[in-house]
Amino acid sequence: MSAFLEVRDLTVSFPTEDGVVHAVEQVSFDLQRGKTLAVVGESGSGKSVTSSAIMGLVNRRAASVMGQVLLDGQDLLAMDDDQVRQLRGSKMAMIFQDPMSSLHPFYRIGAQLAEAVRVHNKVSKDQARARAVEMLAKVGIPDAQSRADDYPHQLSGGMRQRVMIAMALINDPDLLIADEPTTALDVTVQAQILELIVSLQKEFNTAVLIITHDLGIVADVADDVAVMYGGRVVEYASVDDIYNHPQMPYTLGLLASVPRIDKDLSDRLDPIPGNPPSPISLPPGCVFAPRCAYTDKVPGEECAVARPELLQVQPGHLVRCHMDHRTRVSVASSVLAQIRTGVR
Amino acid sequence: MNDPVLKVSDLRMWFPVKKRGILTRTVGQVKAVDGVSFQVPSGQTLGLVGESGCGKSTTGRSALRLLKPTSGTIELDGQDITHLSRKQLVPHRRAAQMIFQDPYNSLNPRHTVGTIIGAPFQVQGIKPPQGVPTAVRELMERVGLNPEHYNRYPSQFSGGQRQRIGIARAIALNPRLIVCDEPVSALDVSIQAQVMNLLKDLQDEFGIAYLFVAHDLAVVRQISHRVAVMYLGHIVESASRDELFERPLHPYTYALLSAVPVPDPQLQQARESIVLQGDLPSPANPPAGCVFHTRCFMAQERCRVEVPELVQAGPDHQVACHFPLTVDTQLG
Repeated sequence: MSAFLEVRDLTVSFPTEDGVVHAVEQVSFDLQRGKTLAVVGESGSGKSVTSSAIMGLVNRRAASVMGQVLLDGQDLLAMDDDQVRQLRGSKMAMIFQDPMSSLHPFYRIGAQLAEAVRVHNKVSKDQARARAVEMLAKVGIPDAQSRADDYPHQLSGGMRQRVMIAMALINDPDLLIADEPTTALDVTVQAQILELIVSLQKEFNTAVLIITHDLGIVADVADDVAVMYGGRVVEYASVDDIYNHPQMPYTLGLLASVPRIDKDLSDRLDPIPGNPPSPISLPPGCVFAPRCAYTDKVPGEECAVARPELLQVQPGHLVRCHMDHRTRVSVASSVLAQIRTGVR
Repeated sequence: MNDPVLKVSDLRMWFPVKKRGILTRTVGQVKAVDGVSFQVPSGQTLGLVGESGCGKSTTGRSALRLLKPTSGTIELDGQDITHLSRKQLVPHRRAAQMIFQDPYNSLNPRHTVGTIIGAPFQVQGIKPPQGVPTAVRELMERVGLNPEHYNRYPSQFSGGQRQRIGIARAIALNPRLIVCDEPVSALDVSIQAQVMNLLKDLQDEFGIAYLFVAHDLAVVRQISHRVAVMYLGHIVESASRDELFERPLHPYTYALLSAVPVPDPQLQQARESIVLQGDLPSPANPPAGCVFHTRCFMAQERCRVEVPELVQAGPDHQVACHFPLTVDTQLG
């Protein structure tokens, strides 16, 4: 069975005055209906460009987008703008990080939601308005009938994010992309929003692609995880494997550098040294090699010279690393043991 | 225990809400900080946590007298600085510095790194024996920057490196206290850990006290010795770090802790979390009685009427709640 969303060798690059920005290189993944894939990475890892490219939001005149994005078997990258526009909002929808800049400040939220209904369906204004109010109630806005006449600035951050979610889901999309949906929110509101996304996903059997840098959110909601670094997927696995059997040194580094709320760690964290690479001048070999602590475990200069392939180590678990399987597993188990005991 | 570097007593910071007209009049008060007391001993870190709008940043700024508090006292190294004028404050600025959240807006883009880090010497009229440029280069080296980048501009550095510039500027005059306002929340995970380690090392080396204002509870657990939780301008719970994270007594602290997802799928699925309903009430019109009662899952009639005092609830543990959690009511 082919997946609902299939991304194949997606490559996005932007020519600039300073050189070509290789934002995304050969990213591939599958996503089934009703499942959640989390894309994790730091700023500049290409995670947001990946989601924009899927939604057809990357300007094809300013950037080169290559590869395939198959939504239910149709290649989005082969379509023209009008065809993609018809799918966007009806079959696929997106929630952005900042609800204030994604809602129109001059229009009442009810009108903005009703417009989204009327663009994709032949319904009367009253029907669209009724649908908007129904959806606002569904995302937990109290007194939806009268709040529909509010302007965005009259709502709190959490309420605005709920309006965004209502707008994204108003046409029952099959694919929902959430780009850092809770980064701008407080933790207690974040918990409300995540709970809302998960319960709506269950109800509509939506495929959810969530972009985040927060490993706690990933553990909370994801089924599968793609870890991105330097525009590439460097590890891809089920959520259990990412946390319990990670193999790529970058994933290990991320897990080791997060402070924990649920346990005491030693005084010092164990950060990844150095800085993420610039997408204009990526290192020639493995993109993570300059910050990797294990390059000496690979014979010769391979890490510095050759780009590793993303290879399957087990069904459903792919890793991009030059180390041989045994070395990777032993490195990973010693790092995990340190994380578990809190002694570093 | 040694004397506190910073002692804040009953601090109130109210901002008037004005209505303009022929006669401008005050129609209300936003009680951003409403009766907050705490101490920071030397060489220790007090974490001040809470959600946006709870008054934690205003507290931090008032503690440095960047704002003039409505009432209360602020003592820096035993000296009352509450009512000093700008001019009188200058010598005290040497002892208390600040690190800001946004490494992009807190550095002048037209000044070189050398000028930025050297500014405290210039402002205070201090001439280090080795000369300012050498002192600046030493500081850069200490915070992990390449001293050869002395003449570069902030735009040529990454976010983590800029935060290091801000830290170098803050430690230039060997302060006794640094107020850190969300110093790592703009940084990526791997860089965040680097900066937290640096702050910790500097504390061990120079005995600096930190007032660490943050919303990320995991970061606060990692760096603090003591933690105070704020809600709507009040400290609702305050305890030593382990006490607060292992045995939270206030329902708000408990809900806050349970709302943070843990980076471990098995543990996270097994955790019971309390999802608070609703949003933070407006500090211009706070609820009567306990400020938290509108969202509290333990609230009873008394909470709507009577304001709870911050009282001792154990050695090194204070809580402001009529019905603090017990071992039985904590979900584990």
